[in-house]
Amino acid sequence: MPVAQLLESLRTVVEPARLLTQKAQITPFESDALTAFRVRPEAVVLAESQEEVIETVRLCHREKVPFVARGSGTSLSGGSLPVEGGIVIALNRLNRVLHLDPDRRIAVVEPGVINNHVTKAAAQHGLFYAPDPSSQSVCSIGGNLAFNSGGAHCLKHGMTSNHVLGLKVVLPDGEVVTLGGESTEPVGPDWAGMFCGSEGLFGIALEVTLRLMPEAEATHTVLAGYESTQTAGDAVAQIVASGLLPVAMEIMDALAIEAAEASVKPNYPKGVPALLIVELEGERDVVDADAARLREVIEASGARDVSVTERAQDRALIWKGRKSAFSAVGWLAPDYIVQDGVVPRTRLGEALGEIDRMSTEAGIRVANVFHAGDGNLHPLILFDGREDEALHKAETLAGEILRLCVRLGGSITGEHGVGVEKRSYLPIMFAEDDMALMLRLRAAVDPEELANRGKMLEPSWSPEPRVGDEAAGPGTSPSAVPPAGAAV
Amino acid sequence: MSVATGGVEALQEAVRQGPLVLPHGAGTKPALSTPPDGVIALDVSGLTGITEYDPAELTFTALAGTPVAQVSAALEEHGQYLPIDAPFAAAGATLGGVVAAGTSGPNAFRHGGVRDFLVGVRFIDGTGKLITGGGKVVKNAAGFDLPKLMIGSAGRLGVLVQLSFKVFPRPEATMTVSVDLGSLEAALDVLATLGRGPIDLDAADLEPPGRLWLRLGGAREILADRVARLEALLVTPGERIEDDAEFWRDAAELAWVPPDSRLVKVGLTARHAAGLESVLARVGAQARYSLGANVAWVAWPGDRPLDDLDAGLRGLEIAGMVLTGPPDRILIGSSGGGAFATRVRAAIDPHSRFLEV
Repeated sequence: MPVAQLLESLRTVVEPARLLTQKAQITPFESDALTAFRVRPEAVVLAESQEEVIETVRLCHREKVPFVARGSGTSLSGGSLPVEGGIVIALNRLNRVLHLDPDRRIAVVEPGVINNHVTKAAAQHGLFYAPDPSSQSVCSIGGNLAFNSGGAHCLKHGMTSNHVLGLKVVLPDGEVVTLGGESTEPVGPDWAGMFCGSEGLFGIALEVTLRLMPEAEATHTVLAGYESTQTAGDAVAQIVASGLLPVAMEIMDALAIEAAEASVKPNYPKGVPALLIVELEGERDVVDADAARLREVIEASGARDVSVTERAQDRALIWKGRKSAFSAVGWLAPDYIVQDGVVPRTRLGEALGEIDRMSTEAGIRVANVFHAGDGNLHPLILFDGREDEALHKAETLAGEILRLCVRLGGSITGEHGVGVEKRSYLPIMFAEDDMALMLRLRAAVDPEELANRGKMLEPSWSPEPRVGDEAAGPGTSPSAVPPAGAAV
Repeated sequence: MSVATGGVEALQEAVRQGPLVLPHGAGTKPALSTPPDGVIALDVSGLTGITEYDPAELTFTALAGTPVAQVSAALEEHGQYLPIDAPFAAAGATLGGVVAAGTSGPNAFRHGGVRDFLVGVRFIDGTGKLITGGGKVVKNAAGFDLPKLMIGSAGRLGVLVQLSFKVFPRPEATMTVSVDLGSLEAALDVLATLGRGPIDLDAADLEPPGRLWLRLGGAREILADRVARLEALLVTPGERIEDDAEFWRDAAELAWVPPDSRLVKVGLTARHAAGLESVLARVGAQARYSLGANVAWVAWPGDRPLDDLDAGLRGLEIAGMVLTGPPDRILIGSSGGGAFATRVRAAIDPHSRFLEV
């Protein structure tokens, strides 16, 4: 039994208190924020140093035991779901900011560092770390890197991979390599960029060099109500056409607004069918000039209930409302599925109209929250897992929405990654030859498929890790409330 | 050396036939694109044209042989631009060549370089298959990030066929301030201070020992006030260049590089600049620093062995890519990748149709 041998060897690597094998200790690791999926690993290693991670990976490779790296477990695509017969390597304790260089605007961090702890460390120098997934108060940099996380401010700042300059990683056979460096300009193939978003299939990041950005001098946030998500979407197109470059443009529909109001009371305009949030940031003079232009565009776009703020506390509340929208939907229905499709921005209105039609046809309520500036939709499909077939129907609708996104020229995931949730949809976006190359890449880096097996790509020779039979039963259906802060 | 031309299928066939192939666009970075003996040049300069561009989408897709200048003109008509400011655009550089070389010009300082704007690729892998990676939308986390892999791959991990980029609104007006701080150290100090805001610079170049070229772009009516604010921050009096287009065009063309020297792109940060200067001083080589000293453009004397620069870069633990001169070697210094690079290469080019990176 390779696992038994592995555990015996691991006892020489980590102290017994950090090698979890008892059911009660392991249960919290069975699932991540995609709670419909649940697998019990054989053991969990609570690593405290890079050496322990490297040694654990080497032993897994020697014994051919699959492993899953896990940070805070906030993946919405099941990215850190354990593998049956495998172990989990928990990285939360590798949480040091190793080096922060304000002059070069870089931070070197361990993978377990919480996203917004990077900004907390950089703030004293007037710097911040730009990618801001909604779960930023709990999610870890390692997970952000593995799934190329986004956030609300990608429109101007880009995704995680744009902010990762260098990496030290342990490959699935235990070999340690350095990719990229400290410069914003890679020389030769962008290996660090290629590693980002590889969903753990290429190994585990041990050290991450991040680019920091200067904090904006001024931030100007506009809330505008609209008659429909389509007219709000049209306003986004008009803002783009005006030549403005907001740092964020978000839309929430009536259901999502209702949910946010019911939970964190962000004081959004009352009774509007759709809400647009637009944020400008930059130099004081530039923001003032842009704000005047933005006001003209918004006034001409049929908005009502327009409000503007530059106060930090108002802004924090606005974003708290937006970022808690996923968990807040738990107030509206016992269960829901979060989707993460992307469409070309000019086809947002069309996509929303179609989702609305599909939702009516299926008799399933869908709340919409989305990064309109990026064309990144987050339909929240509401259902009650206690009802017969409800999960299945919701999953079918979710699948139809993803197909729609691909048909319109977009993507099945903007920022949550493929994980286990969407891997059967990857082939609708990519042709057979593209898929074959991805499988070849995986096989070349990790021939035994030990690292995060079953994520992004179908496992070629292991049983399905999904415990589908239990998924509809009580207690294991998609939870209404994911772990604190888990969201986009 | 023979040249395979024609459409995508002919290129695929040429890759399948081998034995060794190397794509070639406008040839503005000849060290990367000149085929050594026995290597078949794949001429992609016929693959031109913008295939999709909707200004409201802030993205475009074009064939890899499309000249950057053609794209810039099309974008400018709609008040947009590709902020990567590709070097050698005026000399005819193609989109494919820019991605393959991974070269970003001085005005990439504001919003980022090739890796920040390339969103999708179509390329021929080493088995002759046409592969799509990434997408045409600005946000996309599906599948391995093959667009990133193509950046800086120098035609040695795939033959680029089509590229999709995001674009941004073009600054309405620009102005440049030039200031001489007297020493490298003083100039780097000012760059570090400016890098922490609050002013968003479009470009920040350094000509050793201590001259900075700082560019501001944006709305015309507030530009002069912003420039005045920048000047006040600088303390040392500078000169304004109000009509700065020609200056920055020359900077992006690397017009200062002597014709008999080899141009090397070196990725670094400000902490490496003094060390690099001493390596260069030994042979009288020159460099200019761009992107807030994240890249050094080194003009290495053609009659000096590259080994000396290679050793110097290794000592500093930084890497360089040789862009001009004979195609003898392209990567020098400490480039990472290790076993990861070897394995990715084996997957993408199992029959070794491409040259070593």
